Amino acid sequence: MKRLFLRFIGSRQTFLFIACSLLLTLLTTNLALADFTEPQSQQGEYLALAGNCKGCHTTLGGKPYAGGRKLQTPFGEFVTPNITPDIETGIGQWSKEDFWQAMHHGKAKDGRYLYPVFPYIEYTKVTRQDSDKIFDYLRSLPPVAQANPPHKIDPPYDNQFLLFLWRTWYFEEGVYKPDSSKSEEWNRGAYLVQGLGHCTACHTSRNVWGASQDGELQGGEIMGTFWYAPSLISPLEAGMGDWPIETVVELLSTGITNHAVTSGPMATIVRESLQHLSAADMRAMAVYLQSIGKKEIDIKKTRKIPPMPEAVRQYLAKGELIYEKHCQDCHGESGQGVSNIYPPLAGNRSVTLTSPLNTIRSVLYGGYPPSTAGNKRPYGMPPYQHIIHDTEIAQVVSYIRNAWGNLGSLVNQFDVDDSRGYEY
Amino acid sequence: MKFSIITITTLFLVFSLANTAQSTSIKVPDSLEQRVKPCTICHEDVDKTSLDAYFPRIAGKPAGYLYNQLRNFRDGRRYYQPMAILLENMSDEYILEIARYFSSMHYTYPQPDPHGLPPNEINMVEKLINSGDPARNIPACNTCHGESLMGIEPYIPGLLGLPHAYLAAQFGGWRNGGIMRGQTPDCMSEIAKKLTQEEVYALARWLPAQPVSGETAKSETLDPALVQRCEDIFSERKHFK
Ligand code: HEC
Ligand code: HEC
Ligand code: HEC
Ligand code: HEC
Ligand code: HEC
Repeated sequence: MKRLFLRFIGSRQTFLFIACSLLLTLLTTNLALADFTEPQSQQGEYLALAGNCKGCHTTLGGKPYAGGRKLQTPFGEFVTPNITPDIETGIGQWSKEDFWQAMHHGKAKDGRYLYPVFPYIEYTKVTRQDSDKIFDYLRSLPPVAQANPPHKIDPPYDNQFLLFLWRTWYFEEGVYKPDSSKSEEWNRGAYLVQGLGHCTACHTSRNVWGASQDGELQGGEIMGTFWYAPSLISPLEAGMGDWPIETVVELLSTGITNHAVTSGPMATIVRESLQHLSAADMRAMAVYLQSIGKKEIDIKKTRKIPPMPEAVRQYLAKGELIYEKHCQDCHGESGQGVSNIYPPLAGNRSVTLTSPLNTIRSVLYGGYPPSTAGNKRPYGMPPYQHIIHDTEIAQVVSYIRNAWGNLGSLVNQFDVDDSRGYEY
Repeated sequence: MKFSIITITTLFLVFSLANTAQSTSIKVPDSLEQRVKPCTICHEDVDKTSLDAYFPRIAGKPAGYLYNQLRNFRDGRRYYQPMAILLENMSDEYILEIARYFSSMHYTYPQPDPHGLPPNEINMVEKLINSGDPARNIPACNTCHGESLMGIEPYIPGLLGLPHAYLAAQFGGWRNGGIMRGQTPDCMSEIAKKLTQEEVYALARWLPAQPVSGETAKSETLDPALVQRCEDIFSERKHFK
């Protein structure tokens, strides 16, 4: 709030800001789902999917919403709580107000500050109506008696006072404020992306305290997961400023498009959450994402290819041989891929990210894009960790980052070893 | 002005890239065989000359069994990291299709691997296989795994043609009750926990030495009492009518 306010003070938009605030109450009602014919709990189910509550609050193969899923972070291991309406072990004794306290202020029923692993930094933008609907839905679930183990948080992060300080510093509480200069669709998209969609929870650079440094979808390595979530703004990363709306929608709702594919945690978000959103909401998100993506490509930066020393040329030549032997059948002799089946590697921004982490992981572990209604039977990529050595993985990754006009840093076998996550 | 030149250059680059892509496009068969390439890198359909003979055959095993195992790997009830990652975002429907595909595949069995066990151990194994041990509530292995030990449709796997290292690891997994395989108590893990170290050792040697013959038996051949005993495993029968 403070930050937001400062940005407006003294600008030509001060007037607009005041007008905005006046319109606010009116517009907030428009953010909620337009269709009121469905029962409240059904709308709540939809909103819970948009927030991926089930994804986090269900352990692998466990009962939905009964918690128990372990989340590794550099601060320790968090275990998601049971949020079914069980009296003893769930949130059976919670009121709507208690639930709103959690979603909006990040406080548990007993007044304890919740850890921001629960993405309330984002959910604080959710309206009271939507929060109530989610609560009604959770209340309609069968109660599951399941006590989950406590968190194992490393000191000093287990200290509530430090958490309090952290919150004062980084937590901006407040429901999403519509921008009246933008369309209703844009606002709906912004509301979903910034709020329930909690895209910033991953797509951000984090400082030592796990706080989002900019809250502006700049991209960063997700702490504790060994995945890099690219910037949703920069055209060199995953910014979609130049993409047609339909392509953004296709990627986020099916997990694949002709030149990009979702993997790892992003594939999971698509499967568990985004594929279930309505066409109108997906479009709204795409409209918003397209508008925040920077458009101009800084050609000078991408085209300045330094002269290649002979040693580098030889290193890449080794990578090329590995590519021909193991990769070419699927990704093509010029890295062109096959539309909606095998992602191209030439001109693929995921491959040339400054951080080689995701690319190394793809080669080590392989993977399938998510099975979704729009891509029910995806084709997959084999793991290479058992097939070629780390030095060879480093060579082939260096090669694909610098072949066919791609430009990325070289990687060595230590980078490969550093990319093995500890959760597996 | 500089900007527009840059834009034009970009467009040009993008178009030339798109053109090369078209000229060398690859034909990808719309088949399951193509879709499971990541699996067949380890589970080949002919007997594998791999560094360590650890990869189990999956071709020709009952579909329901494969379906259960794949969901177990995905959902953390059976642990093997490379497969967990591949299966992480697959739907049940897709997994079922993949299970059916491997189940319908023909398999060339490896040559029997001589066990070199002493006669008393051979006796011990054959007794377990053909009559079990009522005192410990262990039914004969062949009542569940089929007369010829080739399994029973659709949930019980055959026991022949599996590598020694793999068998030893499975018994170990069940007996330790760990994430390898023993997390959920089911009819097989209960039986495996009752076996002694010596029995496990001998079984894991004896089974790979048997010549493979016969077919997977039909589901009617399974005693209803044993179906009852394995209820957890048989829960999704509707898919395999
Ligand atoms: C990224 C994982 C993640 C997602 C997504 C998530 N949660 Fe949570 N949630 C957690 C964790 C971890 C905690 C425990 C925080 C703590 O104890 O400080 C938690 C705590 C809670 C609590 C407090 C429960 C209690 O007993 O104190 C509620 C209520 C809750 N979440 C509801 C939700 C809802 C509703 C959604 C979807 C809109 C959701 N969560 C999405 C991880 C998540
Ligand atoms: C749990 C963490 C997480 C959340 C939440 C998340 N992402 Fe991602 N996202 C990632 C990671 C990791 C990658 C990199 C892997 C990849 O390329 O798919 C990624 C990649 C992407 C990409 C680029 C895909 C490509 O390869 O071109 C887009 C676009 C994207 N995310 C959009 C979103 C949007 C929109 C949201 C919110 C609705 C979101 N993400 C929420 C982790 C996350
Ligand atoms: C059998 C076909 C196949 C083979 C062989 C194959 N890949 Fe892939 N590759 C894929 C598929 C399918 C994906 C998408 C996987 C996903 O979404 O997790 C992919 C994804 C990738 C990605 C991530 C792209 C992105 O946009 O995030 C990289 C990098 C990659 N492959 C490199 C390689 C390299 C290097 C080799 C050889 C060592 C190789 N691939 C061999 C099918 C293949
Ligand atoms: C890196 C090699 C590797 C890859 C890739 C792989 N597997 Fe496996 N698979 C194994 C190993 C090793 C085991 C035995 C695991 C254990 O229990 O210790 C196994 C076990 C299995 C089993 C259980 C067999 C039984 O008799 O219980 C099935 C079914 C299976 N794999 C199917 C697949 C499918 C389908 C894929 C592709 C999605 C796949 N595997 C990919 C190595 C692999
Ligand atoms: C009550 C029925 C029953 C009996 C008796 C039984 N099994 Fe099993 N067995 C099963 C079932 C069901 C499975 C599949 C387990 C699963 O789905 O995880 C299985 C699986 C196995 C496997 C794993 C095969 C693979 O491909 O991974 C082995 C090995 C095995 N049994 C050995 C034995 C031996 C040896 C005996 C006798 C001592 C025996 N079983 C007796 C029901 C039985």
